[in-house]
Amino acid sequence: MSGYIRIGDSRFETHITRPFPILPPLIYTCRFHGMRSKRSVKCKEPLVKILVCMKQVPQKDAPLKLNEGGTWIREDVSYEVNEPDAYALEEALRQREKHGGEVVVITSGPARAQQVLREALAKGADRAIHLEGDGFVTLDAFNTAKAFATAIKDESFDLIFTGLQSDDYGFAQTGVILAALLGWPHATIIMQIEKSDSGIRVKRELEAGFFQFVDMPLPALLTIQSGINKLRYATLIGIKQAKNKPLKKVSFDEVKLTLGENLQKIEKLYIPQKTKKTEVLEGPPGEIAKKLVDKLRNELRVI
Amino acid sequence: MADIILVVVEQREGKLNRVSWETITGAQAIAAETGWTLEAAVVGSGVGDIAKEVAGKKVSKVYALESAKLEPYTPDGFMAALKPFIEQKQPKLVLMPHTYQVRDFAPKLAAGLDRALISDAVGYKYEGGNLRFTRQMFQGKFAADVSFVGGPPYFATFQNGAFRGDQVVQGDAAAPVETVNVDVAEGLVRNRPEAPFVEAKQAVDLTQAEIIVAVGRGIKEQKNIEIAKQLAEALGGEIAASRPICDAGWLPMDRQVGSSGQTVAPKLYLALGISGAIQHVVGMKGARTIIAINKDAEAPIFEIADVAVVGNLFDIVPPLIEEVKKAKGA
Repeated sequence: MSGYIRIGDSRFETHITRPFPILPPLIYTCRFHGMRSKRSVKCKEPLVKILVCMKQVPQKDAPLKLNEGGTWIREDVSYEVNEPDAYALEEALRQREKHGGEVVVITSGPARAQQVLREALAKGADRAIHLEGDGFVTLDAFNTAKAFATAIKDESFDLIFTGLQSDDYGFAQTGVILAALLGWPHATIIMQIEKSDSGIRVKRELEAGFFQFVDMPLPALLTIQSGINKLRYATLIGIKQAKNKPLKKVSFDEVKLTLGENLQKIEKLYIPQKTKKTEVLEGPPGEIAKKLVDKLRNELRVI
Repeated sequence: MADIILVVVEQREGKLNRVSWETITGAQAIAAETGWTLEAAVVGSGVGDIAKEVAGKKVSKVYALESAKLEPYTPDGFMAALKPFIEQKQPKLVLMPHTYQVRDFAPKLAAGLDRALISDAVGYKYEGGNLRFTRQMFQGKFAADVSFVGGPPYFATFQNGAFRGDQVVQGDAAAPVETVNVDVAEGLVRNRPEAPFVEAKQAVDLTQAEIIVAVGRGIKEQKNIEIAKQLAEALGGEIAASRPICDAGWLPMDRQVGSSGQTVAPKLYLALGISGAIQHVVGMKGARTIIAINKDAEAPIFEIADVAVVGNLFDIVPPLIEEVKKAKGA
């Protein structure tokens, strides 16, 4: 059932069926027979191998400034982990706690982005992959997905989680494209994940308060919605242990041959033009309160 | 042959999603400026009536992509329907509404054709023969003009509210409808969706509220929700929140306004400590008057506010409650 995926001009074999990965003996509690289908039959509690795609983004309240060319922001800001990605990691850790297995985290970006991986390792991820380089910052969603697909081509994950979108670009595409490149099924905006007889059963969030359960086979990619779980904090011992966990670096040069030209280009970044006339109220709090009430009463007539 | 703009309208369980009219309005505007031909497609099972409904608007042609296997929606099924259709029709531009369903399949569709998707656009610019789309970045703090590189087809999705659905232009005569029978191979569709459901009956219908006091991250702690509640009570309005507040459990989920919560259009929307992330704004920008109180002068909420108060909500709300009570008592 091996297939091919097209990445740029190269072809890579996907590992839809492959020998079961080598796992540490301590949690190697079941007998495996090589093939995935047999494995799930033989095991009461199958081990899952989960990849979590994470991104470092500017902090929510960080003041952002445009660069000189007006094409991107200035890099001298504070960064944090993209919020939905934190939920994706938490969900992966919870799934591992339930079923055993391994959680691997991956990110792309300059050296600063390693902080995201360090925090994930401190929270309990087993190992990390850093696609390190400035070149990754300006990749569009398609190329970022290609870079990730290349970096994990020798791995064999059961599940890949991403946040549903990033707080910087907000494409909401990288995860879905990665699934397409791998030839995997996917589901987006996920609020619950449970094991089923044939794979997994997930709860998709739809619009206007609706939800939907979807059964899907493994391996699969899921984009995770914020609020699917409650986030944990890293423990002191976790932070200490993180220092000894493996962190693999992949350079831009190692993946660049598999990338294509960005197919969408940001020509200009700017402060949005206001479409509305806004009245600014100033003064001491008591005075503002009076002005507001005057408005509510005499202009809006709502009180 | 003229260049074609193809709008893929959205239907769910045999009903047209009204947000599709917004996309058609936008597409009609682009067609008028570029001289390109506008066509539409609807994908599903038994969607002939929807195709006819769309054919009443000013479009050149409507395609009904039909297969029993396209109901219910799955990304694999929609890929099987739309990829060969687009390969055959070779439209220049494919436009869709940025709904949760489109988000689920459109990136896969564009990537499958080795093309780019400009997602969640709020507008377009056509200057000197170049078509660019405007989209928000950094949660609305910036806007970006984005262009396509390489050849067509170009894919773009429009954010809810980017165009006025009620301004869709009617056609002089009904456009022709062509049914295209789609072949979805056995075993191709991997996801098995169940019927959509509502979690619990929405206890609160915020859509009917005339006054809404909404809180965001700026409220800082759960105990501070209390002053917002007091203000809502004094004003005779409902309390609501942005998603992070409901995620944290500080207010129940049925108080959430935004793309994943309720869409509201009250007379007054008083936003306390709400930064104005896109996902929230799409749920409340239809309010008649928006008053925003936020300590960050650059918060995107001020872009859409009618009245802006840059300041600490904890300083302003308590006297505001008193003033409201006084005014009401008078």
